[in-house]
Amino acid sequence: MSADQTQRATRCLVAKVGLDGHDRGAHVIARAFRDAGFEVIYSGLHRAPDEIVQAAVQEDVDVLGISILSGAHNTLVPKVIEGLQSYDAFEDTLIVVGGIIPDEDTAELKELGVAEVFGPGTSISETVEFVREHAGPE
Amino acid sequence: MSETQLSTENADLHEGILAGDHSALARAITNIENRTPGSRALLSALYEHTGSATVLGVTGSPGAGKSTLVDKLVRQYRNNGETVGVIAVDPSSPYTGGSVLGDRIRMNSTAGDMDVFVRSMSARGRLGGLSMATADAVKALDAFGKDRIIVETVGAGQNEVDIVETAETVVVVVQPGSGDDVQLLKAGILEIGDIFVVNKADMDEAAGTVAELEAMVHMDNSPTAGLSTGHHTGDASGSAKSEKPSDDEGGWTPPVIQTVGTTGVGVDELRAAVDAHREHLIDSGEREARRQTRAETEIRRLLRSDLATLAERAAERRGGIDALAAAVVRGERDPYNVVDELADPLKNAVSERLETDDWTVDGE
Repeated sequence: MSADQTQRATRCLVAKVGLDGHDRGAHVIARAFRDAGFEVIYSGLHRAPDEIVQAAVQEDVDVLGISILSGAHNTLVPKVIEGLQSYDAFEDTLIVVGGIIPDEDTAELKELGVAEVFGPGTSISETVEFVREHAGPE
Repeated sequence: MSETQLSTENADLHEGILAGDHSALARAITNIENRTPGSRALLSALYEHTGSATVLGVTGSPGAGKSTLVDKLVRQYRNNGETVGVIAVDPSSPYTGGSVLGDRIRMNSTAGDMDVFVRSMSARGRLGGLSMATADAVKALDAFGKDRIIVETVGAGQNEVDIVETAETVVVVVQPGSGDDVQLLKAGILEIGDIFVVNKADMDEAAGTVAELEAMVHMDNSPTAGLSTGHHTGDASGSAKSEKPSDDEGGWTPPVIQTVGTTGVGVDELRAAVDAHREHLIDSGEREARRQTRAETEIRRLLRSDLATLAERAAERRGGIDALAAAVVRGERDPYNVVDELADPLKNAVSERLETDDWTVDGE
């Protein structure tokens, strides 16, 4: 297929999981990712882990950014990761978490397979750079 | 069995898709979108499994309520036991190429149901490539075994018309108060619709919009029967003025349906109209005709894209388009002789190869 010209783009799912109505951060990130040239799919509010998994699998995203400010990350994030594993989609998805996550939980999340946790005060460019470096259509 | 050699990855995807593996389908669509080498071979291998799905195109201006309506329609299909694939196309930034694909948010009444496969696509600023990616993704969904496939796109513009061409039935969604009849006269809106939907029909201006649309639809269809200047051979058999089949018998007058996407009012009717249109296509033989057109479009599209790639490469070999453009700006060259220089080797190669055949390039 020598005449095929490859055209790649980094695809991201920005997800809000669980009972957490704070989506300003998710919107800001979605927009920043868009401006960085990524294709951003936004999940909308109040999604169940299953729905996030479905979206991540069907959209075949390179990056899954989960925004959680409700404190339920220790319950919700593992469910999402398990779901991705069941569809064999965990390995090739970069998972990042944003929100208010205590340090000791951060370590645990990273253990589970979250690549990075971005807390309050993280600059947008830092997040974008991280994604650029670690994700993407190899 | 046209087994062009598939790479191991593609062979796995091929097998996965036919076995109903969602991740395989998702990855295949990514490859199709990225035009990863080998994706065409995969499509070629999948092709024989396509043709059983019903493909519906839904288009309309941003905010008309397409996604919400599609969501409700999908739910009806699901209740009926049918599996559904949705491709939602959103624009991308012409500057950064980035995009926010928001249609998925509206598709929540079937969220969590894996038998609804929703895929968001961005235009990615590729020349004509989007319609190709969409058409190819439809094939992947079709081969996967989806009963219904819906392609949703922001309306107006050549890209959208192209996309919609992959559909058997096209629904144009209009919202009340979207302008007077002059707006509706603008090209591309009325010609492509097989069914018109006035969504948000609970708004005050809805009745007016419906009336205007109906007037336009009938104006477009009926005059040939009555107004024909001289030769009308039978009562209703006056021939159509355009390719549009508009004789009363066997003709199709696009219905104008009122819906309220948020509550689901009118969605039954829409579904019935879609089925009626499909029946009409089959009965009138137009389905075959449309298939022929579609196949032609497709061959042309693939050919053009291959040739465009060759041309790009030729340009790169001569220093790239930007260098050539800079030379034009400096006044050293003009665009015409640049293109001649780029295209001549291609032309020569082609004519040398095909010299034995009856062959002319560019009508020379």
